[in-house]
Amino acid sequence: MSVFKDAGHLFRFAGLFVLAFLVFWAVRGFVVPKTFGQYGHYRAAALGDIAAHPAKYAGHETCEACHSDILDVKKNGKHAHVNCEACHGALANHAADPASVTPVKPDTAVLCARCHTASAAKPKGFPQVNPEEHSSGVPCQTCHNPHSPAMDANAGGAK
Amino acid sequence: MNISRRQILVLLPAAAIAWKSVLAGTPEDSPNYKMSEHWWGMLIDIPKCIGCGNCVRACQTENDVPNGLFRTWVERYHVTDEDMISPQVISPDGGKEGFPVVAEDAGKYFFVPKLCNHCADSPCTQVCPVGATFVSPDGVVLVDQSYCLGCAYCVQACPYGCRYIHPEKKVADKCTLCYHRITKGLTTACCESCPTGARQLVDLKNPADPIHEFLKTHSVQVLKPQMATGAKAYYNGLDGSVR
Repeated sequence: MSVFKDAGHLFRFAGLFVLAFLVFWAVRGFVVPKTFGQYGHYRAAALGDIAAHPAKYAGHETCEACHSDILDVKKNGKHAHVNCEACHGALANHAADPASVTPVKPDTAVLCARCHTASAAKPKGFPQVNPEEHSSGVPCQTCHNPHSPAMDANAGGAK
Repeated sequence: MNISRRQILVLLPAAAIAWKSVLAGTPEDSPNYKMSEHWWGMLIDIPKCIGCGNCVRACQTENDVPNGLFRTWVERYHVTDEDMISPQVISPDGGKEGFPVVAEDAGKYFFVPKLCNHCADSPCTQVCPVGATFVSPDGVVLVDQSYCLGCAYCVQACPYGCRYIHPEKKVADKCTLCYHRITKGLTTACCESCPTGARQLVDLKNPADPIHEFLKTHSVQVLKPQMATGAKAYYNGLDGSVR
């Protein structure tokens, strides 16, 4: 017992340490976000925040649910694997409200040329034309159906 | 019952800690989406890329990317026979509106789409001083923009130049691999709008994904493999001159 006889000042000092630790722990509890460290050294709730960003491209399955007539034309053509929004642009708002949001028809003079203007940099097997020589200003859709561009259904498509 | 001042000082913080752990919940996940079942990456099929810029425009629309900055962009390489190791590279406005027409010329031309490689051992997440950027459990390198200080260490650290500081938010911004889409079963905006299938979202943990067969049967490379970043943007037909 005599060991602790004059040790009161040490206990008070130890108490101060314990108190400081508890204050630190309490402050830390408020400052560090709740989900920090759940998966790693970051805030796990950030995953949910990032996943909550609204999508602007609806995805071709959404388009095809209503526009099955276009899908029937497209699926056997050369553009079978070109998704709807590759040409028509982001249309999630149209899919959400088809009545009030109506998409604008793309201008084929810009749209077709963007992919099909001949350039030595493009892959050799890809169908390419010089737009001026090819049609001299006649709109592409005069001859080609953009959803199935080959002019003869039996041919493999214009090279 | 008497409670001394000391007891209150001890009990209050303890109660606070207990209450915080009661409030703590789990992050909101999409239903049916399990992070542990996916390990995302991307396949870039260079021989299929026509340099139309659809991916760049789609990304900017989908993710509200500021003008002049890019989460993905397309480069056009011109390699001459005489100088195979120093290609001429252009990327006008990130290739957003396509590329100038080139006539048949000496040397070869090809397009290289670039984006975040979603590295498994990413240099950018390792330098973050506050834990604002991380590799998610499903293999996507993301930024917690509410936690980022905007110090731009990560912008410097990325060997692929895939990060930038958002001019309005003043925090790091980058490709999220359309995390908001892939967690809902959609593909990324760039893959959705690629007309030739030159970009494909791949899930390396999905045994049914055609990527496994593709990697077995093709000469596939990642960018800067010597940096051991664990890059998951797989390039098919990558020319040795690409940096």
